[in-house]
Amino acid sequence: MKVHNERTAPPGTVSLSSPDVGVVLVRLSGAWKKDLELPSADGVMDRVLERPDTRLVAFEHTGLDAWDSSLLTFLVHLRNRCVLAGVRVETEGLPHGVVRLLMLASESKRAKGLPGEAVEASVLTSIGERAFNFARYFSHVLEFTAEACTAFLRLFEGKARYRRTDLGLLIYECGAQALPIVSLISVLVGLILAFVGVVQLKMFGAQIYIANLVGIAMTREMGAMMTAIIMMGRTGAAFATQLGTMEANEEIDALKTLGISPMEFLVMPRMLALILMMPLLCVYADVVGILGGAFVGVGMFDLPANLYYEQTLAALKLKHFAIGVVKSVFFAVLIATSGCFHGMQTDRSASAVGYAATRAVVVGIVLIVVTDGIFAVITSFLGI
Amino acid sequence: MERSQEEPLRTEAHITVRDLTLAYEGYTVLKDLTFTIDRGDIFIIMGGNGCGKSTLLKIMTGLKPPVKGQVFYDDISFWDAGPSERNGILRRVGILYQRNALWSSMTLAENVALPLEEYTGLDRRQIAEIVSLKLALVGLAGFETYYPSGISGGMQKRAALARAMALDPEILFFDEPSAGLDPVNARLLDDLILELSDSLKTTVVVITHDLASIFAIGKTSIFLDSETKTLLAAGNPGRLLEDSPDPKVRAFLTRGHLDET
Repeated sequence: MKVHNERTAPPGTVSLSSPDVGVVLVRLSGAWKKDLELPSADGVMDRVLERPDTRLVAFEHTGLDAWDSSLLTFLVHLRNRCVLAGVRVETEGLPHGVVRLLMLASESKRAKGLPGEAVEASVLTSIGERAFNFARYFSHVLEFTAEACTAFLRLFEGKARYRRTDLGLLIYECGAQALPIVSLISVLVGLILAFVGVVQLKMFGAQIYIANLVGIAMTREMGAMMTAIIMMGRTGAAFATQLGTMEANEEIDALKTLGISPMEFLVMPRMLALILMMPLLCVYADVVGILGGAFVGVGMFDLPANLYYEQTLAALKLKHFAIGVVKSVFFAVLIATSGCFHGMQTDRSASAVGYAATRAVVVGIVLIVVTDGIFAVITSFLGI
Repeated sequence: MERSQEEPLRTEAHITVRDLTLAYEGYTVLKDLTFTIDRGDIFIIMGGNGCGKSTLLKIMTGLKPPVKGQVFYDDISFWDAGPSERNGILRRVGILYQRNALWSSMTLAENVALPLEEYTGLDRRQIAEIVSLKLALVGLAGFETYYPSGISGGMQKRAALARAMALDPEILFFDEPSAGLDPVNARLLDDLILELSDSLKTTVVVITHDLASIFAIGKTSIFLDSETKTLLAAGNPGRLLEDSPDPKVRAFLTRGHLDET
């Protein structure tokens, strides 16, 4: 492409003349560059059609300097208008390269089976589509759950194929590596509960019951719940991204063709690691949260430390811990399922992986809160 | 393919690489590399796996700094230039990546339009016209609303070429253009490269080890070697095949059948 004198050359212009009856000669001159102010094809065409009996449009380019796509789009547009008006176009007077490119562009066949104009779907259609999509999604979830159960059965039979080192690494990632963030959040939750409670209880002179409040709230609800939400955002999203990327890279197909079930090889170890680690993290979070509450009660509101300790022990029963721990196992299954399921359902593109992670976290957190609600109803119904 | 009569080929240096030493993850892969790419040339950079071809491309296109040496575009040293001058150079360069690197969340039209939206002051209608033209040039007219995931590998390659050409670059880099293409599609892409280079007078730099492509399109070539870490040969690939004194070069150009030459 010519580039040398583009800065000095004036912007492209068009002049028309009629060397013969019915023939319009389009004389191109100046530089035809995208950044310059150029004549519009419609304007030129209107001027061409003003002349009576135009049958042929020809070109001349002796004054033409540098050119780029802007000249090509101008000519394509002009040519299309000419075809519509029934005027013949003679491209011989154009630069050689331009003629070649115009030919190349017009040779290209239109895409077959193009989607037509987007049709505005009616409300009923879109409701129906959504319902069908949800049904399909739900059947995929069921299928996934069934396959996961089979994988676990094979694990108990000792037939499941997975790598022990992977499981070890996953346990480390889901357990030990999560301790710092779980500690931070639990201690803060303990502090917040204590602060909120102490202000109210002080009005009755019953500050000591802050120990009951923090202890029971942490063990029954907040320990399991906060750990689950942390783990969903941290580990569940990681599962979705890992499996999604593997799907996108065809790594999962490679496993399948080797006859290795991705369920056993990838999903089951992740579920197992979370199911083993979540109860431990939950108990840990309970203890750290209670310590956070004690820090507020003893350190800031001057309750005697031994009294606070006794009060906590008296308030806590094994059932409180047990409810939290049982819930944490359910949450572990939900986190692993949501993460792995959305990861495995990914399309093969980079944006799809991000979408999978987002969906995994949103669905996971909703399920965690809903499950917690169900537990609250059941435990109150059973009176525990 | 013959050059047009009206614009004779100017043999002036477009890109000059001088005393370039490049390293990959701390290991020197090529040292003291010097060569010149002429304006309007179709220049092939060839060599076996791991000889530093892709690293060289990264240095030439500003993705990775060299250990030592310089890359000149016209008379400007790329790595000594300031950021705005570098961006100015890069806007005159189009790159077709080995794995196409089409943005998967955008349609083909949006992929081609993005550089135009970012770097020109054109309005939407003008951009749409240029986008349609570029897609038509690579044989993808009418595929504007398709997503990269919805078309075949060969079409993705051509769409990526349309994007590389969006800003009418003076230089086009191709990284393994025939990778993942069947022989017919690879040949079609070669023809397209020839046609575009011929009509637009673009300088084309192709990194490849596909012999069919090398002989079909290459006007000048260099051969890089990972053992000696140097440039072993330079010249027209056909001529190198006939009379390169270096057995490695001839072995490469004959797929190892030395005796058949």
